[in-house]
Amino acid sequence: MDASFWILQFLNAAQFSMLLFLLSIGLTVIFGLLHFINLAHGALYMLGAYIGISVAAATGSFWAALILAPLAVMLIGAVLYFTLIDRLRGAGPMNQVLVTFGLIFVFLDLVRMGWGDVALGLSAPPSLAVTSDILGVKYPSYRLFIIALGLAIMAGLWITLARTQIGAMIRASVENGPMASAMGINVGRLFFIVFCVGCVLAGLAGVAAAPVTSATTGMGISILIPTLIVVVIGGLGSLQGAIAGSIIVGFIETFGAVLLPGFAAVLTYILLAAILVLRPQGLLPARGH
Amino acid sequence: MKPKFISMALAAAAGIGLATPAVADTKVGLLLPYSGTYAALGNDITDGFNLALELSGRTGEFEIVREDTEVKPPVGLAKARKLVLEDEVDVIVGIVSSGVLGAVRDFVDGAQVPLIVANAGNDNATGDACSAYITRVSFSNAQVNRPMGTWMAEQGIKKVYTLAPDYAAGRQMIEAFTETYTAAGGEIVGGEYTPFGQTSDFGPYLANAKASGAEAIFVFYAGGEAISFVKQYGSFGKELPLYGSGFLTSSLYVNAQGEAAVGVTTSLHYVPTLDTPENNAFVEAFGAAYEGRTPSEYAVHGYDAAMTLMAAVDSGASDRETIAATLPQVKYVGPRGPLEIDPATNNVVQNVYIYETVMDGGALTQKVVGTVEAVRDDPKGCALQ
Repeated sequence: MDASFWILQFLNAAQFSMLLFLLSIGLTVIFGLLHFINLAHGALYMLGAYIGISVAAATGSFWAALILAPLAVMLIGAVLYFTLIDRLRGAGPMNQVLVTFGLIFVFLDLVRMGWGDVALGLSAPPSLAVTSDILGVKYPSYRLFIIALGLAIMAGLWITLARTQIGAMIRASVENGPMASAMGINVGRLFFIVFCVGCVLAGLAGVAAAPVTSATTGMGISILIPTLIVVVIGGLGSLQGAIAGSIIVGFIETFGAVLLPGFAAVLTYILLAAILVLRPQGLLPARGH
Repeated sequence: MKPKFISMALAAAAGIGLATPAVADTKVGLLLPYSGTYAALGNDITDGFNLALELSGRTGEFEIVREDTEVKPPVGLAKARKLVLEDEVDVIVGIVSSGVLGAVRDFVDGAQVPLIVANAGNDNATGDACSAYITRVSFSNAQVNRPMGTWMAEQGIKKVYTLAPDYAAGRQMIEAFTETYTAAGGEIVGGEYTPFGQTSDFGPYLANAKASGAEAIFVFYAGGEAISFVKQYGSFGKELPLYGSGFLTSSLYVNAQGEAAVGVTTSLHYVPTLDTPENNAFVEAFGAAYEGRTPSEYAVHGYDAAMTLMAAVDSGASDRETIAATLPQVKYVGPRGPLEIDPATNNVVQNVYIYETVMDGGALTQKVVGTVEAVRDDPKGCALQ
């Protein structure tokens, strides 16, 4: 258990945190801005992975998959928005949860018909399928790429929301929709754009995670639990909450597996229970909710 | 549905005309997962089962009722009841998950309906919970892993770190390996049971394995977890040699693991590249029937279930009681080699192959590096004899 062991495990924790961040950010962005609980996020994540695998197989390029698959998922999301999501916006959380959870099963069966039941894999691009030396430790380059991608998305969203005009318009629409509308902001269109961004992020997470894990028809459902844990611990709907939640869960799971292996699975749930009792709104919830 | 209707109408017409109706003699209930995590396994087993009937030209003799367990024990039990009470099947074939097998065990035993287990490997089903009505043609968890412990010790590997998902099968596989490996002089220097179905990052465990001072890793993972584990093992540069239970690199999904699987050595009761006349014929027929697919061990379970059932029928079995009584006497040479049912446990006695996954001409394939013949489980509390 020398220093390189701990550096390695720290990198593992950072990589897992960023993976969790990529998974949960789309869900939390849509909830934070639209007050809409989109459990179909899991299905969009699954579609991202499967479409990415097909694009990579057709073009021979992982990078083409990383760009095209999230866009394809966005198109699917746009269709969902106009056929279902927009109508459900005023329908209350229970209806939203039921409809979007049902969508998971619809997409699950569509994926089974299209891609079959056998689990599939996606290879990391050759340039990243090697190990790099970092702080004297050999670490898979693709995992470093996930850390970088997570940080880039984090920074991009932060700057967009805090520093740009569209960010200001989004924040205004969230704080007070009717007033923002009166000021000439097209709130409906803005929300549609935010929903599309959430779908792109779900698809991106699907492609980015595929070389580390595998694509299975159950992935859309199995990912919901860790994602919701991150969102609940961090605070629903806020970017800071998703960042804090994913880093906390990522580090607890990784170092739990190292230090208290028998309890690794339980530790996160203990924290979840404690948060729900002591601070039900989460650590860093969105303001105005 | 239409072709089925027509064939039924034709059969009925033929029956009237000839006065000797061509009704199926044996009614078989296929109880398998057709949805959920193990749907791919259920489909492979069904394909193998149907292929055996087709190749023997005996599809007309067996009427098949398919039911989906959804890999849920209560659903599996309800479907088993339906097959027995409503469809009145003569024999049930299938069951992928040991959980479902545990749920239906008492029911088929009490109802005295023969069950041919075509996958689920729980040791207890042919151990202390064995039944005269439950015959297993697939494998037991211990049977597949025991030979590997001895073999690895013989290869001069002295220290091993083990990993498996935290559920019954994972524990049974690792315990069976540990038992023979330590008996042969090896040392287990550490190991973990990872949260089943919840572990997406194996990086921390791989680092633990390396830090434990082990010379090699022995693991059991299957399905999506097997793909994730092997890929992540590969991405860390394969620092320790990887051994495992053969499901780790099953031909069903080894291609999804890609280059990472090269060099992984595992033990299993069937390998598609076995060079025997029986297996060559089977692989060719399976590929011809199913779009060039390579048969997995699951397809072989289905195939051998049908072969043993047909052998039982040939030796005079015609109803539930006689099928159950005849199955343990079946012996034949199939794709995986000589195969017989052990009357002491009703578990299959078979060869276990140690194989390495290798890259040959740009495609992953299996190279058999060792064979342990006629592996038989101890009765372990089973009192059939």
